Amino acid sequence: MEAAVATHEHGADHAHADAHTHEHVHHTSFIRHYIFSTDHKTIAKQFFGSALFFLLVGGAFALLIRWQLAYPGEPIPVIGKWLPDSLVSNGAIQPGFYTQLVTMHATIMIFFVIIPIAAGSFANFCIPLMIGTDDMAMPYVNMISFWLVPVAALTVLAGFFVDGGTAGGGWTNYPPLSATGTGHTLWVVAIFMVGFSSILGGMNYVATVLNKRAKGMRMFDLPLTVWALFITAVLQVLGTPVLAADASLLFLDQVFHSSIFLPENLLISTGNLHSGGGQPILWQHLFWFYSHPAVYIMIVPIMGVVSDVLATFSRKPIYGYKAMVFALMAIAFLGFIVWGHHMFISGMSPLLGTTFMLSTIVIAVPSSIKVFNWLGTVWRGNIYFTTPMLNALGFIGTFTIGGISGIFMAVGPIDVYITDTYFIVAHIHYVLFGGSLFGIFAGIYYWYPKMFGKMYNETLGKWHFVLTFITFNLCFFPMHMLGVGGHMRRIHDPYIYDFLKPFQPMNEFITIFAILLGFSQLLLIANILWCLKYGKVAPRNPWKANTLEWAAPAHPGHGNFDRDIIVYRGPYEYSSPESKKDYLPQWIKPATKTSEKEHEAIAHEG
Amino acid sequence: MSALTLTHEPVTGIRHGKLGMWIFLASEVMFFSGFFTAFIILRNSNLAAFAKGATELSWPLAALNTVVLIGSSLTMAMAILSLENGKKQRFQLFMFITFLCACTFLVVKYIEYTTKFHHGIYPSTSTFFAMYFIMTGFHGIHVLGGMIPIGWMLSRSFSKKGYTDYGRVEILGLYWHFVDLVWIFLFPVLYLIF
Ligand code: HEM
Ligand SMILES: [Cu+2]
Repeated sequence: MEAAVATHEHGADHAHADAHTHEHVHHTSFIRHYIFSTDHKTIAKQFFGSALFFLLVGGAFALLIRWQLAYPGEPIPVIGKWLPDSLVSNGAIQPGFYTQLVTMHATIMIFFVIIPIAAGSFANFCIPLMIGTDDMAMPYVNMISFWLVPVAALTVLAGFFVDGGTAGGGWTNYPPLSATGTGHTLWVVAIFMVGFSSILGGMNYVATVLNKRAKGMRMFDLPLTVWALFITAVLQVLGTPVLAADASLLFLDQVFHSSIFLPENLLISTGNLHSGGGQPILWQHLFWFYSHPAVYIMIVPIMGVVSDVLATFSRKPIYGYKAMVFALMAIAFLGFIVWGHHMFISGMSPLLGTTFMLSTIVIAVPSSIKVFNWLGTVWRGNIYFTTPMLNALGFIGTFTIGGISGIFMAVGPIDVYITDTYFIVAHIHYVLFGGSLFGIFAGIYYWYPKMFGKMYNETLGKWHFVLTFITFNLCFFPMHMLGVGGHMRRIHDPYIYDFLKPFQPMNEFITIFAILLGFSQLLLIANILWCLKYGKVAPRNPWKANTLEWAAPAHPGHGNFDRDIIVYRGPYEYSSPESKKDYLPQWIKPATKTSEKEHEAIAHEG
Repeated sequence: MSALTLTHEPVTGIRHGKLGMWIFLASEVMFFSGFFTAFIILRNSNLAAFAKGATELSWPLAALNTVVLIGSSLTMAMAILSLENGKKQRFQLFMFITFLCACTFLVVKYIEYTTKFHHGIYPSTSTFFAMYFIMTGFHGIHVLGGMIPIGWMLSRSFSKKGYTDYGRVEILGLYWHFVDLVWIFLFPVLYLIF
């Protein structure tokens, strides 16, 4: 076995992978292989593909929103004349359509882009490979978990074709407004489905990490990506069902005319079939009980990814590995007791508001631990500025800005002033675009070679990062100013207020950079597609990294590994004195003469 | 190259499916907690409506259902035990009784629902009935969901090969006890608090 590893060469490697795929084709039909596949890597690619597609859809919606804010009442260029009169008048966006766009933009980005990439694609791809096993614990469950996502997406988008249009209550869809209309019902059904998908996924990840780790791998030998995904999975399992319950209750109100969320004496233009006696605020509590943890579902996996990327390209161990793990746990735990910070203006008792305020501020502590440890990791490292590294560094900066604006809003008395303004919009985009999405880009570039067996184009990748980083900041930073100036969010035409008229040029500025930002993403798509075919063939371990996925063949087939995996050490032994090289993978036997050779062989394997 | 040994015994010693089921049940606890939370909040602001609603429900029928469901939990446990000891016929018998209990439960529920509808009581009648229908409805769906694997295993046990996957029956048992447990909470909360 050892000899086999030592002489493993490029050609043999590929032959092996091919043999695997070949074998596979014999056993399974095309449909089982590519569509209803249970292979975790295929499922990861499916999540990835669908999320990229919805990224473009959600991005298009965002540009329509920006157009309206910069040039209200002017016809949408190019597509304006094709849209039906129920949505536009003379090609310009109508108020109802505007709120639908805002709602669909956020719903798609959150439920069909960020969560499926972070907790779907990365989790599926990385967990089995990084813990050195062949597949997930429950592959069938995994397959179902993916297929619910496109079905849910079609359901929610079908809303555009029903009477009254798609959901328009914002992604938070507060009742009473959301208790009416078919579009909202479709939204609720879709949310229930993605929720179910998320629970099934989370269940699988937890079971896989607990049960299928390679020989010798303790929990504290897990790379931070896996830790982060594991903790996220716990959040998915415990948080999402509450949203499902909440959605079911709203469904009952919509379809069976109950009044769980509807107060007494409510007047509805379509005639009131409701008894009243419900509690609109109850929706908010249950919703945020899930949706605050959900923001951590969107950022925690990314924190793991960024940690791995930073360590690899700084050629240094993670600074404070255990502190990083405990900080993740603390963030996840605290995440369950802060939801009220979204509801300071809901009329809650000031005493309760204060407890939510304090618990929220406390989250800044583990968050800062992470930021400082990332800086500590990079500090005096031997830094390689590859595309994933640039994105990871970008992440640190923008995430910090988002965290700081979070602290502003966490303080009740301040939030009362800035809530529901563009300040919130700035915050969410600094944490979700600047944070999650930059981290996702880092992860995409980092694992592209393993996922597709080809190298991406570094020049194109760097251009993508630089353009995105500049346009992102120019687009979203001014939103803080808009917010402090009183510019409310989700407003069709701000200039009906005199005091907002001076903001029109700033909105125009933002829109220009939003368009540039949107089109910069085509570089990512081009890179991914072009290099699929024309990219250089990737070596087994292109980044000279330590974690187990790099022990697998360059483009792993069914079953992932071509050698047995035994784990001898933690994931971050970079620049270790134990090794002549600046890295010491987890799967390498402690130094003896043969293992030294083996190390060499794997390192330079093709 | 020799066969790889990447697939090994579960690290925790608990079979994947069973571990998965425990995690799933944790999730289910949160799901029903959501409804119980809503129930408590709504009850506190509508004490009169809730008290009145509870009197309109038929607690004897629900008590009957409680007995039926607890009984089925017992027979489920016996079925698992029988299979573990290799007593095939007893396994079939106990699975059959479990299945029958589940059917009885749903028939009684059906009678309860239809009498409500006859009296013109729907989820729109009051928030109490909204909660009543959604909580018992979701519980009923869980019962139905349990009957599918019960029936499947039972029918398989009559095939030539028989049914011997003890581990799976055990996982199903976990689920079934949970469904029972939810009912044990629902029964007093909905029917007995006036
Ligand atoms: C130090 C960390 C953070 C703090 C203290 C914080 C605090 C807050 C507060 C107080 C609000 C409510 C503002 C309002 O509506 O008035 C808020 C909103 C929001 N936060 Fe954060 N946040 C933090 C990190 C994050 C992260 C990491 C994410 C996601 C990746 C995130 C996503 C969001 C989103 C999406 C909203 C807006 C929800 C809506 O649509 O109303 N936050 N944050
Ligand atoms: Cu929050």
